[in-house]
Amino acid sequence: MNETTRCALGDWVEVESVLLDPADRATNLPEDTAAQPLRMWVKGFARATAVVGCEVTVETMTGREVTGTLSEVNPGYFHTFGKPAPELTAVGRDLRARVAAYRKAGG
Amino acid sequence: MAGKTEAILARKGEIMKRALGMDYAQFERSPIAFDYEAMMAAHGYSLEDIIRIQLAAGVGKTPLLELRNLTDLIRSYAEPGHGARLFVKDEAANMAGSFKDRRASISIHVAKEKGYAGVIAATSGNYGAAVSSQAARASLNCIIVQEAFDSRHVGQPEIIEKSRICEAFGAEVVQLTVGPELFSHMLELLDQTGYLAASLYSAFGISGIESLGWELAEEMTALTGAPPTHVVVTHAGGGNTTGTARGLRRAGATSTQVVSASVDLSGLHMASDTDFNRKSFTTGHTGFGVPFATWPDRADVPRNAARALRYMDRYLTVTQGEVFYVTEAMAKLEGLERGPSGNTAMAAAMSLARDLPRDATVVVQETEYTGAGKHHWAQLNFARANGVEVRAGDPTESVPGTSIVIPERPEQIRAKDFDMGKLRRSYVRNALAHAGEGYTPTSEDIEFLAADIHSDAESVEAIIAALKEA
Repeated sequence: MNETTRCALGDWVEVESVLLDPADRATNLPEDTAAQPLRMWVKGFARATAVVGCEVTVETMTGREVTGTLSEVNPGYFHTFGKPAPELTAVGRDLRARVAAYRKAGG
Repeated sequence: MAGKTEAILARKGEIMKRALGMDYAQFERSPIAFDYEAMMAAHGYSLEDIIRIQLAAGVGKTPLLELRNLTDLIRSYAEPGHGARLFVKDEAANMAGSFKDRRASISIHVAKEKGYAGVIAATSGNYGAAVSSQAARASLNCIIVQEAFDSRHVGQPEIIEKSRICEAFGAEVVQLTVGPELFSHMLELLDQTGYLAASLYSAFGISGIESLGWELAEEMTALTGAPPTHVVVTHAGGGNTTGTARGLRRAGATSTQVVSASVDLSGLHMASDTDFNRKSFTTGHTGFGVPFATWPDRADVPRNAARALRYMDRYLTVTQGEVFYVTEAMAKLEGLERGPSGNTAMAAAMSLARDLPRDATVVVQETEYTGAGKHHWAQLNFARANGVEVRAGDPTESVPGTSIVIPERPEQIRAKDFDMGKLRRSYVRNALAHAGEGYTPTSEDIEFLAADIHSDAESVEAIIAALKEA
């Protein structure tokens, strides 16, 4: 995929920032979580030209200004259905047959 | 903890009072008791008002469908004379695809009436879609704060879909990595914007679900001549159980059994960065269901309007594999392709209906939308990609976070009863702990606790005595 790495003023982009460093996190966390920073991603319209990895301010849909590191230009969604689970592919065939057999037997 | 976080948490009371548009202190009676019904009535809307507001918002009056093929399937292996009639309330037909529209429609109505410029909700689930959709209709700004990613920036496909749909409805989505500090960031946003906190647990949100219980009781009476004998409710934070049960009571369906159901995720830590993507359900599971039933006031409001233990007669758990199997079966046998989380109650209902006589009627009171990411295939593919073993076999062998075992036959769908006594004892222990060391419950407290755990004063006193001895 040919990713755009530069945004112009007014482009729809995503910025990333660290809200809390590990040392500043809540005290009651499991170890694995406590070792990580609390990170945040927000999308908005770029207030300046910028390159991915550099700081930029965005204006969000609610009109807030959020400053962070430019992480993506025109961010999209790539979640999907994927392949059918083989453990499930025969469920429909088998259960339809069972219902039909039950009805045929006068159930 | 960072000075910034401490500073915002110190102002929590003041920020939430403004953001909720209600002073919860007026309902407090003691370190244990508060006036629950007064809190529920404080918004001033009758059930008729709520139904009117929801109809104008495009919410409610969803189809109630009899599932004749699933019923016959169950009867094909049930003991003779057994196999209850199975029904579903197709809540996916609401505007944003779930029963959460009922909650959101009332929150948004309140926000509009009180003159807030926008709303904020912390949710990675369907409630985000519902609030975003309703806010768009009401011309209000909307911020949804989501726990979306683990530290690798990998997100559950279901949550990513929720980010997408919220943004599709024009909401600003704030995505965070795993951690309870999400709450302090939400406080900052509430403070910064002056928006209404459209909490999942507000009295108006829960009142919005009462129409669901009321509708299904009326519709079942029209269809079968009586309210259902059983209603099965997917349970997480408690709102679904609470609102539905309250609506059933309002419709006079006092003998209907309210059965809550969750996916068993025991052993997984909800605040763990590693466990976050090892679960295939982001809601409707015991990781929320048990802690919220045993201590509802852990919510983002001073007093939670969702108090599931008050209303549940039974609590059933099912495995992830059983729910995926039932999700596939519903699509193939009933032409209902719906999201897996909402089918948690359906899996439990199939097990329940098998053990009930044929003249019993079991209503599963919701479905949710499905689609890319929010689909059982996507969930299973994601589980495999994250090192979880997926196989066919005996679902009792599954280990949450390690394996998902999909039943080979419908007979293998067997919900487990969660010990209600254990839930009640745990609730009373938590209530006493929060009241502070050395506090002695008054008779008013005992009465409140008895109502809050759906029991009587004698049982509460016995629990307290046993806790003292332990």
